[in-house]
Amino acid sequence: MRLLSWGNYPKIENLTFSFYKNSTLRHIIDKHNELIPYGNGRSYGDSALSKNIIKVRTYNYFLNFDKTNGLLHVQAGVLLSEILDVFVPRGWFLKITPGTKLITIGGAIASDVHGKNHHVDGCFSESVEMFKVMLPDGEIVKCSKQENSELFKATCGGMGLTGVILDAKISLKKINSKYINQITIKTRNLKETFEAFEEYKGKPYSVAWIDCLAKGNELGKCLLMVGDFSDDGNLDYQTKNKLNIPFNFPSFLLNTLSVKVFNFLYYGKVRKKVSKQIVDIDTFFYPLDAIDNWNRIYGKNGFTQYQFILPIETSFNGLEEILKKISNSGKGSFLAVLKLYGQANDNYLSFPMKGYSLALDFKIEKGLFELLDELDKIVLKYKGRIYLAKDVRVRKEVFEQGYPQIDKFRSLRRRYKMNNKFNSLQSQRVEI
Amino acid sequence: MSYILIVGAKSDIAKAVARKYAENGYDLYLAARESIELEDFSNDVKIRTQKVVKCVELDILDYVKNEVFYNSLKEKPLGVILAVGYLGEQEKSQNNFDETLKIISTNYTGVVSFLNIIANDFEKRKSGFIVGISSVSGDRGRKSNYLYGSAKSALTTYLSGLRARLYKSNVHVLTVKPGFVATRMTVGMDLPEKLTAQPIEVAEDIFQAQQKNKNIVYTKWVWRWIMLIVKSIPEWKFKRFNI
Repeated sequence: MRLLSWGNYPKIENLTFSFYKNSTLRHIIDKHNELIPYGNGRSYGDSALSKNIIKVRTYNYFLNFDKTNGLLHVQAGVLLSEILDVFVPRGWFLKITPGTKLITIGGAIASDVHGKNHHVDGCFSESVEMFKVMLPDGEIVKCSKQENSELFKATCGGMGLTGVILDAKISLKKINSKYINQITIKTRNLKETFEAFEEYKGKPYSVAWIDCLAKGNELGKCLLMVGDFSDDGNLDYQTKNKLNIPFNFPSFLLNTLSVKVFNFLYYGKVRKKVSKQIVDIDTFFYPLDAIDNWNRIYGKNGFTQYQFILPIETSFNGLEEILKKISNSGKGSFLAVLKLYGQANDNYLSFPMKGYSLALDFKIEKGLFELLDELDKIVLKYKGRIYLAKDVRVRKEVFEQGYPQIDKFRSLRRRYKMNNKFNSLQSQRVEI
Repeated sequence: MSYILIVGAKSDIAKAVARKYAENGYDLYLAARESIELEDFSNDVKIRTQKVVKCVELDILDYVKNEVFYNSLKEKPLGVILAVGYLGEQEKSQNNFDETLKIISTNYTGVVSFLNIIANDFEKRKSGFIVGISSVSGDRGRKSNYLYGSAKSALTTYLSGLRARLYKSNVHVLTVKPGFVATRMTVGMDLPEKLTAQPIEVAEDIFQAQQKNKNIVYTKWVWRWIMLIVKSIPEWKFKRFNI
């Protein structure tokens, strides 16, 4: 059997195990090594790939909902989309949501995902009241910021390497509409982009699409989209019909020219410097979920997403240098996403820090990893780091320098004998 | 209120069907043996849908009690979905008649015993629907699972006759023929991904077909064409295949 990650790279053989009961899971953990939990397969790289995979998706009951405080208790295999289907019509929304709703609660915790509101509300772990995790010896431990706080800090962002998350209580937030009042700001270069982020940082949600093939004095031009929920009382939320990419596109379809054309049209369709729109939840938060299997446009060899973050002080210079390098390489992508972040949290391996992050998709091809190694050097020079949920190739030395709490994580793994039981291709590569 | 009765509610297909009907506004009776084990699931459906979900104890192989059970339901269901099934082990059943009997009675005799009662009531009321989950295995006997296949084949034939009988009484009968489905029943089998449905897809197909009063639905749909080919292979050739 070959279970893949979202990037369709690498392709390795693996054994998969599903469970419906704790006792079954305990048995699986007892009998096998080199295990890694796998949610809905949306992490891009090799963080959920291993010889033996525990599929958590079948463990998906809603356990309780307290409407007085919006606290929802669910098993780890529940998808964010299932939560939205149930609760948006009742006026509740996720406090923190990433750019896809097709991930499990377990995956959201393990990657400590973040969203367009990170600069205001932080990572997914901020909405986690408590979770339970099964450790290598089969023991089930309850973790929160107060209780077993070390395990909490290791597991949020711990890429499934501390055990299998079983269920979690997360707090939802009240909304009064399925619509977002959006403002789109068109900028002409990186300086204007930064100024726009700064000007609109009071808005709870913000993200920028950046043209990574633009050069010279257009370097860093973007469309910045900011917004907040409307108040119109319309909660009639239904998922729309989806497009589907039925097979892998031939990989030559995606080249410098086609990306340039796309970028030109996408950027060009917005005429005014500042414009306003009313868009629904799916359009604003989950634009790519509207296309099933969009990862297939990168062809059968797969793709990766390179996402790094730089501290606020070095962000401008660092981004300028990296964007120049990318636009000169000609290896660009449709999706280059720039975002301003708020303060880092205490979790050992959470990605965000106060600064700017850029995420770019690249199809896997000759010369790509060499380019990314070059980019790594610039990221390190400016004291940044790489996001494990997207990564498939970062070297140990590069990874380590970005995460100062890595030794705490490693020693906790040894103490609980997690390193003998739970491993992914990624954890073996970066030795965590 | 409008109840749907799902029998064999512990199966993965039944659970997906239960969520689907509740999401579409129906209340549920979930019937199974040791129905206490369904409490967590019924709680899940209640939170998701805010519908009434009742777990009820039923063993359709306890033939004499089937009528008692049905009479005990205060509010009679609008429709009944039968998701009882037992795959069994072909090789074991060849040497062990208990296993043979279990396969036949779970997949056929028990279902018939139960549906006879439902059919009489629905016929009298002149309304309702019955969904029986059969299998593509019933379309042709293969050496690797012909006991299960023959029981499902009998069920398919029964449902076909029942459909004809109840047609004039405005009661609709749907025969569902799943191919491979990724469930607890098939865990550990190496199933071809493109031909294997998830329970949620099967539930979607069942719901759509039932709402549109279809007679027979294959799920995934491609199995209709696969089975057309399988059925058209002459017996002298088919008996030589190792499937």
